[in-house]
Amino acid sequence: MVEHKNNDKTFLGFWIYLMTDLIMFAVLFATFAVLRNNTFTGPSGEEIFNLPFVLAETLILLTSSFTCGLAVLAARKGDKKQLYSWLLGTLFLGFAFLFMELSEFQELIHEGYTWTKSAFLSSYFTLIGTHGLHIAVGLFWLIILLIKLSTSEINSSIIRKLTLFSLFWHFLDIVWIFIFSIVYLIA
Amino acid sequence: MEDLFGKLTLQALPHEWFTIGGAISMTAGGLGAILLLTYLKRWKWLWTEWLTSTDPKKIGVMYITVAVFMLFRGVLDAVLLWLHQVLAGGGQGYLTADHFQQISTAHGVIMVFFVAMGLLFGLMNIIVPLQIGARDLAFPFLNSLGFWLYVAGAILINIFFVFGGEFAATGWLAIAPLSGLEFSPGVGVDYWIWSLQISGLGTLIGGINFIVTILKMRAPGMTLMRMPLFVWTTLCSMILVVSVFPILTMTIILLNLDRLLGMHFFTTGFGGNPMMYTNLIWMWGHPEVYILILPAFGIYSEIVATFSGKRLFGYTTAVVAVVAVTLLSTLVWLHHFFTMGADANVNAFFGIMTMIIAIPTGAQIFNWIATMYKGKIRLTTPMLWFLGFVATFTFGGMAGVMLAIPPIDYQVHNSLFLVAHFHTMAIGGALFGLFAGISYWFPKVFGFKLNEKLGQYAFWCWLVGFFTSFVPLYILGFMGVTRRLDTYDPSTGWQFLFLISLLGAGIIALGIGFQLLQIAVSILKRKENQNTTGDPWDGRTLEWSTSSPPPSYSFAVIPTVDDRDAFWTMKQAGKPISKPIFVDIHAPKNTASGIYISAFALIIGFSLVWHIFWLTVLGFLGVIITVIVRTFNDDTEYTISASEIAKNEEKRGIYG
Ligand code: HEM
Ligand SMILES: [Cu+2]
Repeated sequence: MVEHKNNDKTFLGFWIYLMTDLIMFAVLFATFAVLRNNTFTGPSGEEIFNLPFVLAETLILLTSSFTCGLAVLAARKGDKKQLYSWLLGTLFLGFAFLFMELSEFQELIHEGYTWTKSAFLSSYFTLIGTHGLHIAVGLFWLIILLIKLSTSEINSSIIRKLTLFSLFWHFLDIVWIFIFSIVYLIA
Repeated sequence: MEDLFGKLTLQALPHEWFTIGGAISMTAGGLGAILLLTYLKRWKWLWTEWLTSTDPKKIGVMYITVAVFMLFRGVLDAVLLWLHQVLAGGGQGYLTADHFQQISTAHGVIMVFFVAMGLLFGLMNIIVPLQIGARDLAFPFLNSLGFWLYVAGAILINIFFVFGGEFAATGWLAIAPLSGLEFSPGVGVDYWIWSLQISGLGTLIGGINFIVTILKMRAPGMTLMRMPLFVWTTLCSMILVVSVFPILTMTIILLNLDRLLGMHFFTTGFGGNPMMYTNLIWMWGHPEVYILILPAFGIYSEIVATFSGKRLFGYTTAVVAVVAVTLLSTLVWLHHFFTMGADANVNAFFGIMTMIIAIPTGAQIFNWIATMYKGKIRLTTPMLWFLGFVATFTFGGMAGVMLAIPPIDYQVHNSLFLVAHFHTMAIGGALFGLFAGISYWFPKVFGFKLNEKLGQYAFWCWLVGFFTSFVPLYILGFMGVTRRLDTYDPSTGWQFLFLISLLGAGIIALGIGFQLLQIAVSILKRKENQNTTGDPWDGRTLEWSTSSPPPSYSFAVIPTVDDRDAFWTMKQAGKPISKPIFVDIHAPKNTASGIYISAFALIIGFSLVWHIFWLTVLGFLGVIITVIVRTFNDDTEYTISASEIAKNEEKRGIYG
């Protein structure tokens, strides 16, 4: 009973936190929308985006969201072995996504298109970078979860933590869909 | 060496009279406090009873204490500014133009973020859980963390006195492009950025915590429409916090990216858009003024009902009005820059929206007056603050409605008329409310009332002082005096009005003197004003049903509510309270994690101001490690046994 109440509070609190995070992203989307044509002497979006590459990124992140969901299901069933494999899968896909994002950045910087070049690039790097930072935090969180899991059985506390994590991970997925359509597709 | 300390060099260390003076007085004050604590052997007491406490009643008291210290700093700044403006009428003041602007910025930032917000969070911490019949907030550790982040922000805003540098000379909102690297190359804006960022994070955490507490932890039977108005207004204010503080946080991050990494969000070149900063900061800034005023409305509602001996008139309309104000306040931000080139239709829309807000606001005033009608009014200090508020607030609101008419605003925008408007609202509205709340709930927290006579003297000084200092500003505004003006020609004839205004500040200072005296006298003579019943004012809401001061667990047994004004109905029913069956209570343990995390946050902020990046990395590592250690610690609660509670409660002798 007491635990049930605590769960309620944690989930509501976490939801509100996610909403605040969403508002921060909304600010970034708004600035991007205002600045996207302010390319100054730098390149425009069309010139630098590599759509197939981004599509691959998107698919990877979507898949990781899917494996994350499966992990929660496995935990509810109490199947630790499955849980491990789905979580490790999520971890792997997450790292792959992050790696691709970073290599995209590296490529741009290599060509001299850094964030100091134009307002458009500033807002592009910031929006994508903030999302990437969230992914990095998520992966870190996932590693901690895995460490915890290795020292304990699947209990209600683990399930709760896992559910919170999966909320966060799906949230990042949704934000990415917005990024994909607003930043990449429109360009 | 150079690289090791980033931009922090010997030349940056304090060398002007004011930084040296600040450094000496702050170091001396700090040393004095340390010596005193050591001499009295109070370190352990301070650490275990207060600093690491997760009890919202104690955290609330700490919030208020810090806010009062910040109030001294803010008032000192104001007096320096006023004095300068008076002297400037003789040809020249004593401050340099740059220094004048720095003080002006610091004054605004400190009063809004560290005084008003601090007092507000203090009162909410103490009272909201008690009013809804809860023992704690939803997340006690996060509450402690939020408080300490606020403290870290407060330290960071003062630290340049000791470690050197300067403060922003940009005005309290650091409008771009002035706050960009091009026009403000010093570290002042960086101090502004990081102290707001850190304390703002604390506010955001607090916002989430209060919303969850109010929605999930009310005593059985307390439906939403039975909540006291202070709880309603806190809920609305915190909903505004979680809706707009993220905007502030992100806007400041973007400004920081411009300054630190050379990005171009708000710069004048490379396609940056400074106007975007103005929009974003006011999307936060206007709701922020309602974040401050709404809880004050709640406080007044509690006070009027109690001291009129009547139920609040039109509870439902009051709730609807508060919710309406909350929604509308997010739709009016543009009235802060009518003059910045929006077209006439846009201005008209925002002007009308702004005037519409005045309607629910005015409705509240009728609620209060109707409550007083035919009531048995007791003119105590809290009630005086309320009456003073009605007079001032109505005055300031009318000035606000004038400003909301774009053609008039073109004349008086950024003049002293505007300055007078918002001080009327912030002082006569928010600050008076917080003072009213403090004098109303003081006996709940400490078990004795504040001295009435000195409280009334303090009130009259504040009221008279307020009008003496701000009515001249309205007039000066009409005469065309702009805000933050550090020099003017003697032939303008403005000096006399500035002088009267300074005189008013003196009267306010006298009021503050009475307040300090009031606290000292009340503590010394606490036997005379002692209250053992827990209900010194014949109150109506649940906080008055526990003892004063309340035990750490607040309620021995969670009350069951069956009407609005829950405690009043219980008293009316007059049932002898039968001795309940006590059960064990689980309470959160003390924790120092919040202190450590905030200390590391302070280090991060400081190192980023000075570009000492190795220290930034260390700070982040510190935060991460503390968080991990905290999450691996599952032993965060302890048990208060039923027998202990029973023993404690017997002493109150209230059970028939
Ligand atoms: C009846 C309600 C109100 C109306 C119609 C109103 C209207 C306005 C308008 C039109 C301005 C912009 C004027 C200009 O920049 O030229 C303004 C500024 C301001 N108001 Fe109000 N206001 C109201 C209530 C409040 C309240 C309750 C507070 C604070 C507790 C407040 C605090 C401020 C502040 C701080 C500013 C100026 C900030 C700055 O420029 O630095 N106002 N108000
Ligand atoms: Cu406004």
